[in-house]
Amino acid sequence: MSEIPKILVVDDDPFILMSLEFLMKKSGYKVVIARNGTEALNALSLDPPNLVLLDIMMPDVDGYAICEHIKSTPMLAATKVIFLSAKTKQVDIQKGYDVGADLFITKPFSTRTLKQQVSDLLNKK
Amino acid sequence: MNHWFILICSLGYLLLLFGIANWVEKSTNRGLRLINNPYVYALSMAVYCTAWTFYGSVGRATVSGVEFLYIYLGPSLGAPLVFLMLRKIIRISKTHSITSIADFISTRYGKNISLGAIVTVLCITGIIPYIAIQLKAISDSINTITSITTNDINLVNNGIGSNNSVIFLLVIGITVFIILFGTRKVDATEKHEGMMVAIAFESVIKLFAFLIAGAAIVYVLFNGWDDLFLKASTLPTHDVISSLQGEHIYFHLFLLMTLSLFAVLFLPRQFQVAVVENVNEDHLKKAVWLFPLYLLLINIFVLPVSIAGGIHFGSKAVNADTYILALPMLMKSNWLTLLVYIGGFSAASSMIIIETIALTTMVSNNIVAPIFFSLINLQDNIDKGIRNWLKTTRRIGIIVIMILAYLFERYVAEKFSLVSIGLVSFVAVAQFAPSIIGGVYWKRATKQGSLLSIIIGFIVWFYTLVIPSIVEAGYLPHTIIQNGPWGIGLLNPTALFGLTGFDLITHGFMWSILINAVCFFGVSLATERTPQEIYQAELFVDVFKQTNVADNGNWVLNRTASMLDLKTLMLNLLGTDKTAQLLASYEKRHKLELTRLDQAPPHLISVIEKVLSGNIGSATAKLMINNIVRQKEVGLQEVLSIIKESQEVKASNIELKKESSALNKLTEELRVVNNQLKRMDEMKDEFLYTVTHEIRTPLTSIRALSEILQDNPDLEEEEKNTYLEAVVKETERLSHLITQVLNLERYESGRQKLNIVSFDLNEAVMEVLNTTDSLRKEKGLKWQLAISSLPNIKGDKDLLKQVVYNLVTNAIKFAKLQIIVSGFVEQHFVIIKVIDDGEGVASEWHELIFDKFFQAQNQTLKKPEGSGLGLAISKRIIEMHNGKIWVESTPGQGATFCIKIPLI
Repeated sequence: MSEIPKILVVDDDPFILMSLEFLMKKSGYKVVIARNGTEALNALSLDPPNLVLLDIMMPDVDGYAICEHIKSTPMLAATKVIFLSAKTKQVDIQKGYDVGADLFITKPFSTRTLKQQVSDLLNKK
Repeated sequence: MNHWFILICSLGYLLLLFGIANWVEKSTNRGLRLINNPYVYALSMAVYCTAWTFYGSVGRATVSGVEFLYIYLGPSLGAPLVFLMLRKIIRISKTHSITSIADFISTRYGKNISLGAIVTVLCITGIIPYIAIQLKAISDSINTITSITTNDINLVNNGIGSNNSVIFLLVIGITVFIILFGTRKVDATEKHEGMMVAIAFESVIKLFAFLIAGAAIVYVLFNGWDDLFLKASTLPTHDVISSLQGEHIYFHLFLLMTLSLFAVLFLPRQFQVAVVENVNEDHLKKAVWLFPLYLLLINIFVLPVSIAGGIHFGSKAVNADTYILALPMLMKSNWLTLLVYIGGFSAASSMIIIETIALTTMVSNNIVAPIFFSLINLQDNIDKGIRNWLKTTRRIGIIVIMILAYLFERYVAEKFSLVSIGLVSFVAVAQFAPSIIGGVYWKRATKQGSLLSIIIGFIVWFYTLVIPSIVEAGYLPHTIIQNGPWGIGLLNPTALFGLTGFDLITHGFMWSILINAVCFFGVSLATERTPQEIYQAELFVDVFKQTNVADNGNWVLNRTASMLDLKTLMLNLLGTDKTAQLLASYEKRHKLELTRLDQAPPHLISVIEKVLSGNIGSATAKLMINNIVRQKEVGLQEVLSIIKESQEVKASNIELKKESSALNKLTEELRVVNNQLKRMDEMKDEFLYTVTHEIRTPLTSIRALSEILQDNPDLEEEEKNTYLEAVVKETERLSHLITQVLNLERYESGRQKLNIVSFDLNEAVMEVLNTTDSLRKEKGLKWQLAISSLPNIKGDKDLLKQVVYNLVTNAIKFAKLQIIVSGFVEQHFVIIKVIDDGEGVASEWHELIFDKFFQAQNQTLKKPEGSGLGLAISKRIIEMHNGKIWVESTPGQGATFCIKIPLI
């Protein structure tokens, strides 16, 4: 797998989006950004990414629905999902894993840890 | 008709009564309680209508018009009053196992033996003539039927046939009936089911007979009412309202009604059927209208019959008392004549039966038993014969009373006018009225008051009513009622103290009851009550209130008796079965083993005394119990303390009830408050969660960007600046959020004080618009201002400005092209509207958008930048100014936010 992994970053907060885009690019990935759910679904259908950094609370389509879509679409079978959310209640986290997330990270997060977790997940088969 | 035929019919009728009574008693044993029926109860009360009603009413109506009605009008009009009092008397009588009116009075005044005996004597004296006239009515009716032919009708009352033996046989028949069905049980409080149903049946028969005869006379003998009255109008002298004239007429009628009211309560037979034989207090509710209805029905045909009799026999010597019998004979209808005779016989026999039972119970319980039991010594004489002896006494009593009545009828009655004897008896029993009514409603009444008032009432009764009768009968010189005894006019029995203008009955009633009542109240107030009387007064007057006095009384009175003595007493008076049954049920109820006790518990003694009261009267029962009881002298203090204690218990019960209900209310309030608190707690949690959630977003950016800056020192200057600016902006957002949260908390907790000043609202609005102008320009929006000159208002200028600021900045966030701000005065309010042309707000959100963090919790809405607390804060501020804030919006057509503040 010599190909450069592609990462889709989805968040409605411009500054978080900005920093995640920077971080992922810096780590050497190909990055696509989406400012809301609709954009995310579009991006997913155009070119399946290897991993999605996914916010949950967005005005149009929420992160849970997007994750469910990914996990139920055969074309996106290989796509990993990491939730990045300000939701910190145990029920919300459980719900994230229930819809098929590979990881649930609560905001605010450490960028250093995030980088490591992304790379670990991509290297995992 | 032959008198032997009449005898056979009468005995046949009596046999029918036997059959009914017997069948009822057997059904009762099988568990069918016919007596537990309000109709039977009400009909048995109609024993009030005797042969005197049946025959005499017509006679009285003929002599003095509608006056006869008043002795039925009294009980009818007074029915609610009568039944109210009856309810109390019944309750008392059941509580104390009271068996007769003599027992009632004696029990009320400290279970006094002499009082019971006096009442009994007075009853016998007053009532035996009354029983006798029932016999006379039967005798007269047989005379009427047998001794004349219809062609020879003017011989009525002249033919003394050989019917004395017929009467004698009938007296024997009735006596046997009474003995058979009236003395089956020794316990006089036990109901005479068979007899009562038979009496109810008799009431039906006499009403039926009178109605049929009346209807036949009006519709067959005459052609209906019109014909009857038309013919009546041709009679020169018949004036039905003649009695309603003359001196003192209204007072006279009032007295008659009062007299009959007393009679319906206190005649021994009425007391027997209404009180002693009552099985269920609720039956009174039906009787209260059934009984007056019965009286109405049985009187419907009295006047027509009287008029009809007047038309047909007016010129002849026919006794008006027999019109109801003579008219069917005139019609030559044998079956109707016989029916009327049987009706009259049933009226007479029902009265005789009940009255005799009542009198016998009184004689045996209030005169014979006290004497007998004070003579024998039970401890030495365990003899089962005592119970039989009691029965035998009653049977002898019945026979003696019947013989007395028969002799009176035979040798005395014909010397007196029939009609007045009934009323004379009424006046006799009316003498109990002050003692009973006073005793039931007035605690201060004393034994001396009762005893003296009854004796004096009795003497006045005898003097004003009996003496004149004796004079009329020729046994005393006539001068007594002309000039007074020894020529003293003031003592004239028919015009006592010079009072004239009344007839004999009302004169006698008024004087006797007046002197009686004055004596009752005067002597009661002048004498002291014994502890026993105080105790009984409490139990009688407060019968509906108190249940504690009796219970407390048992312990404080502290009577003890050996179990052996008590049992001996019970075995003698109640029999083996009843004794065993009583003790067993007592043991079961109180979880005691009586055989292991030497001393009977005080409470048991009271229970047994009550049971004995039902057998031998309360005064005798007390006498018997006292024989075996060791009791310290009960002082006034003890009795007062019993009463005080139970009143205190009652009071504290009421207090407790009050407190308990207050406590319940408090608990309920507490529950509501607790729920509120819980909800508030949940809301607080929710709020905290939302706040931290809102804080996390800027914090995430700040941390991420800072880490990037730290980890990438080689960033280009431009990039660095962008990130640093972002960090600053997010920090501002964070601190704004925190300020807003703290503000809101201050408003909600009420710690925010308003700084009220009077200020120019125009100016304030303009200031807000100026500060937000740059924001507006940034988004390229247009203003449209429609502010008519707004008045000065009083309020917190800074806070109100903040509200307007929030609304305007919100509008700027959502507007597409322009914003309209308008302000105007409407009535006593100033209204400011901020209108945008944005997406608008769906109606279901109109209330909710003023909640905290509404946007944060509802992500489906377009989320603009902002804390999400602006509207919630605005709402609090406006509410603090007693104003209102709301939104008007149709989705897609913009939103209008309005505030309304009172002008003061």
